[in-house]
Amino acid sequence: MIGIKSYGAYIPRYRMNHNTIFMSVGFLGSFPPPGENAVANHDEDALSMAVAAGIDCLSGMKREIVDGLYLATTSQPYMVRQNSALVATALDLQSDIRTADFVGSTKSGTTALLSAFDAVKGEMSTNILVCASDCRLSKPGSPQESLYGDGAASLLVGSDEVIATFEGAYSVSYDFPDRWRASGEKFEHAWEDRFIRDSGYGQFISEVISGLLEKYKLNIKDFAKIIYPGLYAREHGAIAKRLGADPSQLQDTLRSTVGDTGSASPLMMLVAALEDAKPGDKILVASFGNGGDALVFKVTEKIGNITDRRAVKKHLASKKELASYEKYLAFKNLAPMDLGMRGEISIRTPMSALFRERKVVLALCGSKCKKCGTPQYPYQRVCVNPDCGAIDQMEDYRFSDKKGVVFTYTGDNLAASIDPPSVYGLVDFDGGGRFWFDFTDCDLDSVKVGMPVEMTFRRRYVDESSGVHGYSWKAVPISA
Amino acid sequence: MAEGIKDKVAIIGMGCTKFGELWDKSADDLMIDAFQECIEDAGIEKKDINAAWFGVHFEEQSVGKGATSMALALKLPFIPVTRTENFCATATEAFRGACYGVASGAYDIALALGVEKLKDTGYGGLPGGPGLMGTKNALIMPKLTAPGAFAMMATRYFAVYGLKPDEGKKMLAKVSAKSHYNGARNPKAHLRREVTEEQIINAPIIAWPLGLFDCCGVSDGSAAAIVTRADMAKKFRPDPVYVKALQIALSSGEELMYTKWDGAHVETGYRAGMLAYKEAGVKNPREEISMAEVHDCFSITEAVTMEDLEFSPRGKVKEDIEAGRFNHDGPQPIQPDGGLKCFGHPIGASGLRMLHEMYKQLQGKAQLPERQIKNPKLGLTHNMGGFPAMNIVSIAIIGL
Repeated sequence: MIGIKSYGAYIPRYRMNHNTIFMSVGFLGSFPPPGENAVANHDEDALSMAVAAGIDCLSGMKREIVDGLYLATTSQPYMVRQNSALVATALDLQSDIRTADFVGSTKSGTTALLSAFDAVKGEMSTNILVCASDCRLSKPGSPQESLYGDGAASLLVGSDEVIATFEGAYSVSYDFPDRWRASGEKFEHAWEDRFIRDSGYGQFISEVISGLLEKYKLNIKDFAKIIYPGLYAREHGAIAKRLGADPSQLQDTLRSTVGDTGSASPLMMLVAALEDAKPGDKILVASFGNGGDALVFKVTEKIGNITDRRAVKKHLASKKELASYEKYLAFKNLAPMDLGMRGEISIRTPMSALFRERKVVLALCGSKCKKCGTPQYPYQRVCVNPDCGAIDQMEDYRFSDKKGVVFTYTGDNLAASIDPPSVYGLVDFDGGGRFWFDFTDCDLDSVKVGMPVEMTFRRRYVDESSGVHGYSWKAVPISA
Repeated sequence: MAEGIKDKVAIIGMGCTKFGELWDKSADDLMIDAFQECIEDAGIEKKDINAAWFGVHFEEQSVGKGATSMALALKLPFIPVTRTENFCATATEAFRGACYGVASGAYDIALALGVEKLKDTGYGGLPGGPGLMGTKNALIMPKLTAPGAFAMMATRYFAVYGLKPDEGKKMLAKVSAKSHYNGARNPKAHLRREVTEEQIINAPIIAWPLGLFDCCGVSDGSAAAIVTRADMAKKFRPDPVYVKALQIALSSGEELMYTKWDGAHVETGYRAGMLAYKEAGVKNPREEISMAEVHDCFSITEAVTMEDLEFSPRGKVKEDIEAGRFNHDGPQPIQPDGGLKCFGHPIGASGLRMLHEMYKQLQGKAQLPERQIKNPKLGLTHNMGGFPAMNIVSIAIIGL
């Protein structure tokens, strides 16, 4: 049986209330509905969030089983340099896997998922990790600014131990020009909302769900949960009514708590539904974007095997308000903030060194001495244990999934940072190993010696002169 | 067992420029000024110098690579000139090269000169950049600054010895207040104003828990020494100062990557110190070392160095600081010239600047009577380069 084996999600720590936006740019005539959006930290983007969701999804599972990674997004940092390959490297997946980017439309999340089912069903792949993640940049004061939120979801697709079987799908495709962003452009353009709502959103979701019901002779009333993005709140309910669904069947859209997360949106809602699902539940998922896909799942007895996921619920509960719109602009690099001349020092990434050290830099892998058992980061050829010193007796050792404690720390006001002070310190890993890391998603006052931390993959810098988005791992207080 | 350097080499001349934000001085100017003072003090001429060692750390900010800049600035007549660079131990490395050069018998007279021109970066603090710790580190290390790296040692020291932040900051304030007192009395020092402990404690935070006055000056400057074989020294002057020990120790990676180091001391400082005492025949450093210029890049560095060098027992430096042990009128004066804190810290010159102060004090020639330490026998200099978790420490002991 083909289906979903595991799920995970990621929602960034910061939330910005729509009032904060209104108070700052309301003069432009934008009147957002009540609610808040999840806002990526200054060191997060679609790739870092995809990795975080992937880690959540693979928690407690062997990474070696994954033989494919599909990334769905409309906000990929690279046009050339495969984003999914970078995510797969960060997740320390094997190299003999299939990777693909699904981009260009907010339905790409469900399309990636469908492609994963195809590959597993066709027995070309065994376990494919699908990550959908979006971190879209909106023009300050635009309606999208309060509509869009940042977030990611991840699903592991396979044919054994499935927690929800894949029962069928139906798709529609239209060159619907509701939103577009041409190559080289920073912001999306959007046609009038009434057009998007009446000619697209309200039409395609109904069409794809009706088509699905008809194709498989299903009754809308049979679904425990019906999932589709909530771009327009009233129309969201109206679609259900037209389909003959009861409002209680509708999965919360996360519209007022996270925002619309684009490619990730239907999959994040699916993850949230799976968190509450019971064996036997039927779940319908539909996406919206240049048409849409609709998929049917049936939850199995194995659903109870998936525990310890942060998924949507725990991430929703773990948050901090970003009360300053100006700070939001700074985080998103939407206003030219002064970092001082120290912040203008250019970083020229040596790409050949990055590739050579990819496991160290991007996967946070070190080594473990086979002679004395000492874990060490970064990878060493000569054992760092002074009582050992063995040479070339190392095996790879992954630190990204190890927890640790703060050995020492500081909050540095001299270091160039868009969010000073720059907090960093030394981390002692559970099981051995010590290194220094930047800390993120934390406030200096809350950091203490001995405090538990875990590791998170983050965007380290963007070097505009060379077009390089650089990534590495940071330590973060364990919050949920 | 090696014999060591004790009493094989003598310093016969030294020079040191005023340190500070010297906007109208280039690195060449500083080198020439220090060199002039140095050979005048030695009573020799340029042509008497057989070989030279040249220390500069941030060469990309000033003189460029190699040693040609010094050869050209001083118009040295086609003699061997060697460039040294080893973080903040750069000048001591130049001095070590010159000492070993004459001790070996290869040369009779050698010059060691260090210079640093830091104030052409356009921003405060030391020059930054991704290349400082190598390509791989640029991709994985936190974007740390010097204050941040040493602040982590303060955090750790406070945690290990159970000091509340205000207690720890008070201890460190006394360290800086003492150096400001000394610096205020030194005409060549960069920062020449006394500050109170209260001002120090209430100053803006640079890197928690270190505030502005916990950090040393970022300065331009140069210092130089002329060394010769000990048996020749008295031909040049009646009061040469003899080299008793020269040691350096470098991190093995154990502090940063293994989990034994406590983070509240500098392992290399302890190791180099013990080797230097052995070389110099010092049994009880707390009693025998008359005075020292140690690497107080930050107040916490001086505090732990007192313990690393066994001037104070482990974890007990607070008591000695509070008792005024290291004050100018105390039993073991530390930073009599103001230290890095107030004399200033042009990286590639600092080690020779420290030796300059010890040399003058040993000769009884500290410029002003109130600066002179009474009857010093042995002076120690200590440089620490890099970060507490990954560094180099150099130590020199000189005496009459």
